[in-house]
Order: sequence, then C-alpha cells, then structure tokens
Amino acid sequence: MAPENLFYTKDHEWAEINGDVATIGITDYAQHSLGEITFVELPAIKKQVKAHDVLAVVESSKAASDVYSPLAGEVVQVNDELSSKPELINQDCFKTGWICKLKVSKPDTKNLMNASQYEEYLKTI
Amino acid sequence: MPFIANTPQQQKQMLKEIGLSMSAGGCLTADGLFADIPKEFLAKEFKLPEGMSEFDVRNRLAELAGKNHINLTCFLGGGFYDHFIPAAVYSIIGRSEFYTAYTPYQPEISQGTLQAIFEYQSVICRLTEMQAANASLYDGGTALYEAVMMALRITGRNKIIIDDSVNPIYRVMIHSYTKNLSIDLDETKNDEGLINRKELLNRLDDNTAAVIVQNPNFFGCVDDFTDMAEAAHKKGALLIVSCYPISLGILKTPGAMGADIVTGEGQSLGLPMSFGGPYLGFMATKKDYVRKMPGRIVGRTKDNKDRTGFVLTLQAREQHIRRDKATSNICSNEALCALTALVYMSLLGKEGLKETAQLCADKASYAWQKLTAIKGVKPRFGAKWFFNEFVLDLPANAADVAGKLIEKGFAAGFPLSRYYEGMENSLLVGITEKRTKQQIGMLAESLEAVL
Repeated sequence: MAPENLFYTKDHEWAEINGDVATIGITDYAQHSLGEITFVELPAIKKQVKAHDVLAVVESSKAASDVYSPLAGEVVQVNDELSSKPELINQDCFKTGWICKLKVSKPDTKNLMNASQYEEYLKTI
Repeated sequence: MPFIANTPQQQKQMLKEIGLSMSAGGCLTADGLFADIPKEFLAKEFKLPEGMSEFDVRNRLAELAGKNHINLTCFLGGGFYDHFIPAAVYSIIGRSEFYTAYTPYQPEISQGTLQAIFEYQSVICRLTEMQAANASLYDGGTALYEAVMMALRITGRNKIIIDDSVNPIYRVMIHSYTKNLSIDLDETKNDEGLINRKELLNRLDDNTAAVIVQNPNFFGCVDDFTDMAEAAHKKGALLIVSCYPISLGILKTPGAMGADIVTGEGQSLGLPMSFGGPYLGFMATKKDYVRKMPGRIVGRTKDNKDRTGFVLTLQAREQHIRRDKATSNICSNEALCALTALVYMSLLGKEGLKETAQLCADKASYAWQKLTAIKGVKPRFGAKWFFNEFVLDLPANAADVAGKLIEKGFAAGFPLSRYYEGMENSLLVGITEKRTKQQIGMLAESLEAVL
C-alpha cells in the first residue's frame, strides 16, 4: 500500500527524496479519510518551511486540513495541475497527486518513518 | 430534537468532568468558566439593572417607545432608506417554511433553503456584475469589515486605504473590529464630496492590500471608480466598493468599474427601516477570490441520477468546521433577510428596479431644486452628480433645524456634524420613490419657515 521508496509522517504526508529535492504529498490513508478533495491551496514558490510547518491546505467537501511539511526546505515547484484537478490526489496520491517539491540541503529523515513503519503505525490508529 | 433535562446530580458530574464546580447556592462560578481568559480582558462590571417583572418591563419598553416620533415624513438616508415594500414580500417570506428555516447545517435535507440562498446569490451577482456572492452577512458595515479581512488574506499585505466619504458608521466599525490587529488603516479626507483621488494615489503603495470607496458615497455623490481600480491593480492592491443596491438599477455597477470585492447594505431591498436591524450585508467578488470569501456559498449541482440539487459548496472554512482557520468569526448568515431581498427583487424585476432607481433620482433632483431655491440654502458641493441623496448647507445649525422640523412632522435629514468636522450647518437629505411632490413641497415650506 505505502510505496517502499518514500518517507512518511504521523500526519500522513509522504516525501520522496531525490538528491536535494524532496517531492511531498499526502498518503492514501489521508486522501481516503478526507474523501472527495475539492481544492488544494498550494504554497508559494520560494516559501521557506521548517519541518512540521504548514505547507498547503487540502479541502474536502466538509473539511479543510493542513498539510505539514515532512522536511525543512524551500518550495521550488508546485503541482499546478491540482488547481484545476484537485481530484488527482484521490486518484493517485503518490504520483500525479503530488503537492510540491522542496529543495532540501540536508534532508533530516530521523523523525520520518519508512513504509513498513508507517504501515505498522496505521494499524495503531 | 427533544429537550433533555439533566438532574442536579448529572450536572455536578458533568461539571466535575471539565474541572468546574458549583457554588453552595447551586450557581456556576464564572471564575471557573473564564479561568483561561487573562484577568485584564475580563469585563469589570456589566452595568445591568436589577431584574423586573414582565409587567414592569412592558411598561418600561412602552414608555421608551413612546419617546419615538412616529409618522414622520422621512427624508433620512445615510445608509438606510424608506423604500416602498410591496405587501407580497411579507406574505411570501411569512410562509412558515421560509420564516422558521434556520441555516442549513444538514444541507442535503434543506433543498428549499439552499435554493433560495442560491437564487439570492445569483441576484446579487447580477446586480453588482460580479462573479460570486456569498449567502449574506449581518449588515453593510460587517460586510465591509469582512471585505477588509478578505483583502488582507488575498494580498498578504496589511495596509488599507479608506476615503472618509465612505459611510462613517462603517468606518467606525472597521476601526473597532481591527483595533487589536496589526493593520495600517489609512484614511483620506474627501475632496469636495468626492474621493480624494490625488491623496489616494499618493498613499497607494506596494504594501496596500485594498482601497475602499463607496458609491454613491455618504454624501450621496455618484462617482466612477474605474480609474481607481486600474491604479490599485497596478500596485497589486484590490478595490473594494461599498454600494447602495437600489442605485445599481441605473448606475454603473462596481463590477463594470473593475472592483474586486463589492459589499453593501441590503436594507433597501424590501427590508423595513428598523432601529438596529436585522439588516442584510451582501458581498460579491471575482471567481478567483471565492475561496478567500467569508461565510458560506451555495452551489447548484447534479446528483448521481442527474437531478438538479443544491449544496453548501464552500463551507470548509467556516467557524463550525475549522474554527482556528475560519475565514470569519461570524458563522451565520441573514437567511430570512436575504430571502426578503430576493423576493423583493424578483417581484420588481429588472425593469421595476430600474424604474424605482430612476424615480428616486428624479424625485431627489426635484427636491434639490425646491430646497436650494430657499434663501440661504446652498448645495454643499458644487454641481455634482448625485443619486437620491445630497448635502445642503443651511444658514443655521443643521441639527437644530432638523430638531425643529421634527416638530413639524419631518425627519428632514441627517446632520453631518455628528461625523464630520466643520459641517455644523450641513444636512444630508435623502429621497426615495415613496416621497411625493406634495411632501417635498411641504418640506421646502417648513424648512423655509424654521430658518
């Protein structure tokens, strides 16, 4: 269920780290819990975030939820396609439904979970 | 929902659960309830009188009401107007399914209420020529305040420029609502009854979130803010226009001027003049800003069987859903007042609204001629366009004159000295389609007599 190559947070975000760029999104568990996603408020390019800062807001028909940044870094790219097709998160949250890319100089993954740890964590909630 | 009674034992238990207790007399101690509020923010006293019996209360209220002058011929405006309300408006909104409906928190089962709100929003959009309207706000003043907050959210800036030809009551409200926020509220002084373009442009900078103007403004003067919208947009700022809905029957709309957010008081749309309301704040904006708009928005959609249905499209940022990130701390709309406005506008129709507006303007023009013909009475602001309201300079203190005219049966206008320095002799006179030629003539005669 949770792809092997990603890192996960307890707030159900995922991060894929490629060199100094991390792609961020929300997990299948998160999109499923939220239901039909109607809007994504994307971060501004060049926005600096610390780990656990609010990065984006995902709105479903009855709730608006913060997306926290798994890592510290600078927003270098956002998934503009979500502006007109927020449902991409429901359809494929790990690929086309990515939210933004961060430039991370030293990715600090010690507070993040790997896929099997996250799967275990999901069983506890 | 049945009323569930709690026994004293259960109450005790519940209080214990949240760490509170009752005093010996069985009263909740407020101290416990308000423990989280810092002492300096707690009210010192409430200045409330002792309790009274129902009989005494009724007598007291009747006595207070008796002080009101009723049956005055109304030439008062200043934001609220004595327009004609067709009897059908009351008959329709008085139906119990409308009158008792509350805000649709279970939207799926409130299709009628939702449809009414949707139609209201559509009417406000067409009236203002904007793309989206919300389900309504408390009144014109709160709507303008909410527009300020919306502009701050959209632009991420914190400076607001407002001209003092905007309704002073609205300005006071904005000041008091934003007192503890870090907002730079910059006020320009009107230029001969019109917005002070030079000053507004001077002060417009890269930190400006919005420029606020009003049309017709508080002095009744009519303007075109197209140039201001362009200037604001060039600086990345928004233009907020507060407007008088009836006037939009004939005047250039805020949408056509390029306004970003339009607000106003909807009282003139079929709601009676009433001391303090309930009134109706309306708000409309461009589609791009719809997610930054406060309150709820109803949308029309199709269900899975392709049947038309109405839903609360945007409510995810409402206080009851997401308190800390809500776009406003006001979590209800003026549903019945909005419905009243909708019914009024649908009864009048496009032509009727235009005709009403034209009548107001024509009668005001006639009154202006009659009143300025009186010796010593002069128009305050040169020859300028006005809609249904204008400022006269009298050869005496305007508040005194207005007082004397009350004795003669006229609410002759609003003395501007209450809000503007140096305007002791200025009277704001408002006319609606309800004023007859004869009434205007009598006002002119009476005014001449008391001067």
